[in-house]
Amino acid sequence: MGIRFILMVNKQGQTRLAQYYEYLTLEERRALEGEIVRKCLARNEQQCSFVEHRNYKIVYRRYASLFFLVGVDNDENELAILEFIHLLVETMDRHFGNVCELDIMFHLEKAHFMLEEMVMNGCIVETSKTNILQPIQLMEKSS
Amino acid sequence: MNPFSSGTRLRDMIRAIRACKTAAEERGVVRKECAAIRAAINENDNDYRHRNLAKLMFIHMLGYPTHFGQMECLKLIASSEFPEKRIGYLGLMLLLDERQEVLMLVTNSLKQDLNHSNQYIVGLALCALGNICSAEMARDLAPEVERLLQFRDPNTRKKAALCAIRIIRKVPDLAENFINPAAALLKEKHHGVLITGVQLCTDLCKASADALEYFREKCTEGLVKTLKDVANSPYAPEYDIAGITDPFLHIRLLKLLRVLGQGDADASDLMNDILAQVATKTESNKNAGNAILYECVETIMSIEDNGGLRVLAINILGRFLSNRDNNIRYVALNMLMKAITVDAQAVQRHRATILECVKDSDASIRKRALELVYLLINESNVKPLTKELIDYLEVSDQEFKGDLTAKICSLIAKFSPEKIWYIDQMLKVLSEAGNFVKDEVWHALIVVISNASDLHGYTVRALYRALQTSVEQESLVRVAVWCIGEYGDMLIKNVGMLDIEDPITVTESDAVDIIELAIKRHTSDLTTKAMSLIALLKLSSRFPSCSERIQDIIVQNRGNLVLELQQRSIEFNSIIQKHQNIRSALVERMPVLDEATFIGRRAGSMPATVSTSSGASLNLPNGVAKPSAAPLVDLLDLSLDDAPAPSSSGGDFLQDLLGVDLSPASNQSGTNQASKTGTDVLLDLLSIETPPVQSSSSPPDVLSSIQDNKSPVASLEELALPSSLSGQATTPVGAAPMMDLLDGFVSNPPKPENNGSVYPSVVAFESAALRITFDFSKPPGNPQTTSIQATFTNLSPNVYTDFIFQAAVPKFLQLHLDPASSNTLPAIGNGSITQNLRVTNSQHGKKSLVMRIRIAYKINDKDVLEEGQISNFPRGL
Repeated sequence: MGIRFILMVNKQGQTRLAQYYEYLTLEERRALEGEIVRKCLARNEQQCSFVEHRNYKIVYRRYASLFFLVGVDNDENELAILEFIHLLVETMDRHFGNVCELDIMFHLEKAHFMLEEMVMNGCIVETSKTNILQPIQLMEKSS
Repeated sequence: MNPFSSGTRLRDMIRAIRACKTAAEERGVVRKECAAIRAAINENDNDYRHRNLAKLMFIHMLGYPTHFGQMECLKLIASSEFPEKRIGYLGLMLLLDERQEVLMLVTNSLKQDLNHSNQYIVGLALCALGNICSAEMARDLAPEVERLLQFRDPNTRKKAALCAIRIIRKVPDLAENFINPAAALLKEKHHGVLITGVQLCTDLCKASADALEYFREKCTEGLVKTLKDVANSPYAPEYDIAGITDPFLHIRLLKLLRVLGQGDADASDLMNDILAQVATKTESNKNAGNAILYECVETIMSIEDNGGLRVLAINILGRFLSNRDNNIRYVALNMLMKAITVDAQAVQRHRATILECVKDSDASIRKRALELVYLLINESNVKPLTKELIDYLEVSDQEFKGDLTAKICSLIAKFSPEKIWYIDQMLKVLSEAGNFVKDEVWHALIVVISNASDLHGYTVRALYRALQTSVEQESLVRVAVWCIGEYGDMLIKNVGMLDIEDPITVTESDAVDIIELAIKRHTSDLTTKAMSLIALLKLSSRFPSCSERIQDIIVQNRGNLVLELQQRSIEFNSIIQKHQNIRSALVERMPVLDEATFIGRRAGSMPATVSTSSGASLNLPNGVAKPSAAPLVDLLDLSLDDAPAPSSSGGDFLQDLLGVDLSPASNQSGTNQASKTGTDVLLDLLSIETPPVQSSSSPPDVLSSIQDNKSPVASLEELALPSSLSGQATTPVGAAPMMDLLDGFVSNPPKPENNGSVYPSVVAFESAALRITFDFSKPPGNPQTTSIQATFTNLSPNVYTDFIFQAAVPKFLQLHLDPASSNTLPAIGNGSITQNLRVTNSQHGKKSLVMRIRIAYKINDKDVLEEGQISNFPRGL
């Protein structure tokens, strides 16, 4: 399993979306999120986008006020994950039009649906934005 | 009703939560919402179920418990409406996990939905199954998934493929069912199906050797062609990233090729061309291209050797390493770690750059680089690299110092070419970052110092100098205090001056000043202060002129609130005041600490008695389970704890020697017979008037005092014994009877060995009821093996039945037991049992034999068990 979790966090460190692909208790999640956010948000632009924490490697990227953090196994390709975060953001952009923190907050389930079409059980499902968004758009139309 | 467009109330809740200024406020809002949702659940409210679940997901994301909503998910999933199903499945994946019983209830709904006519509903079910499926569900639903792998719609096939991954991870036995359908997916054109199919195959290869063999044979060529097509494909807007078509697919393909090529030269051969093409043609000015190159390098490094490709790969890493982008440098360091096992020489070429990375401002890069440097160091480059690292230690961040120090210490210990270099480097580390040095590291340093007899003077002077500037480094202070206590006279008299040293003039009172400073500094901890007290006691005998001043300092601690210090202070004071005659003997220089023992203890693998018996060679009386090291340790350890506990760690051993251990003195052998004698004897020494004894008596004196049978005297002798013993061939004669006295034991002293191949018989074990004697013989031409004939003699008037003798030996020995001559041992005088043993000593010449035994028998149907340890084997077996 490549991807262990995906987090979206604002720059105050509040979680805006959390998707785990392995089981952690609520307390473990809270603790983990706190530790990771503290570590990543303290780093500056010039530093690399990878942080090792516990047995995870966290690949993160910042878009305006939103941080995307992806926890992966040690043998995952870090650069590819970085590219994947960008793909995720572009996909959300295409749907929401310049996605921002509030879009994700108020459309949490939709963000999850998109993620669902892209990642399943920690593996990449689909890399075409059109294919990813198709079921979501269908659903919008029907409602 | 649609949960996504309606739900003003969901919006309201999110707004309300956003508006919260404190965590307490947020908790309040959430509590209220949760109460409302619980109420709705109780009323079985249908209209707002989906909206409530959407709220619960938000609340869950914030980190509040939401278990009460789990059943709602199941109800929604069971609904016939798509939007409700959809949110139900999402809730299922977010709020539940595979461990919950509730999940059992969903299996049936999943099965129905997997067979639904609507492909989107099938997709939902597959997605949920792929994310949370348990082993039981995997077994139940695997046939459905297998069928869906061949479904007409590609979006269903790709999800089914990932579902299959989950299933074979949960139940690896099911792997073979998926091999054929998975191979079919590799021929598809749809990228989604391809990428998931490739991932499924990769997982199958890991789960089953058959699958690996199958794919290697049937699919390698096809995969190479697929990768070629993707790499050469014309512009495809849907998958294009920075001019490259679907880098994600590239990477997954390379990963699978790596698995197939590993350990198989033919498969590796097939992929050489395409790997070379990817490695040379891929654009490296964008992240996507670099990601592919990175993956390609890893594949080249993992598959079977092809010199040309490896050069290509190393060159790519070299380029990465000199890149200005930190991400690229990070992955280069990461990759070089893996490359080092393949081509260490090539990695060494980048040493200078890697060393620079250790000093990077970015913690992630520093950490990687340090680990890499650690792997790069060998005997030939240890000196310059260690110097660099130690220089960097001065300026590094506080949080990095711990890691860095640990690595440097480990390198110094591992590769030091000579003792003086080791000591020099350790002193530098201690002066720079003594507070980060772990206990076992400075313990090891003391052992090394103790062994380097020609460097004692040099070391104590170097430490004295270092202490002038770095008083804040706790472990430096401790090592210095110990050395000054031991070798203080060498410090004053400039003994053992080396050419490279500048002479210094230190007076006796300067040396005492330093220790006084250590004991009075408020930041010194208990260990340092306790060590300082011992050092002072030692100096009081070495520097008679300062004796009174030292007594003053010791006395000041008499009222110390810490019991340990108070006790030491009172005891030491009484030694100085009342026991002038024995003081010099008490505070003799420590015997050389046995390096092999210390290392062995650290490894924790061998019983203590084995290695010490080769060093200090104290022969033990028959069958007494008491290690030779223990009395020595206890005597030197001036702490008054009794009740020794078994322990096997190396640190404790040295702590005991240093006399700073605050835990019960260790009975290192791990046997269960307590050895309190040593400490008790010392107590006696301190309280009883003892006849004056010359401290430097020779073995004959020892013997005579033993014949007088004065046990305190004998034990006092033992203090001086280790030093007088070392290097004497006749030690068994002197030591063994004395040990007997300590244990109130009378036995014949073992005869000294006579250097021939005939070994004396020994009484290996003797109790009130049983005696075991060993007769030894060596088969010619095989010095490692010893044949032992054990003779068991009954010393009681009862017959022993069901007599069983068992023996255990440490790892370096091999033991073979032949059957005994009988299992009934007649009463005294009516015969004996014999049994042959064969022992092979893999460390012949270095270590002596040692054996733990257990004898079980029955007297009148009552079980009796006797145990013991045999350490009095003749030397040279």
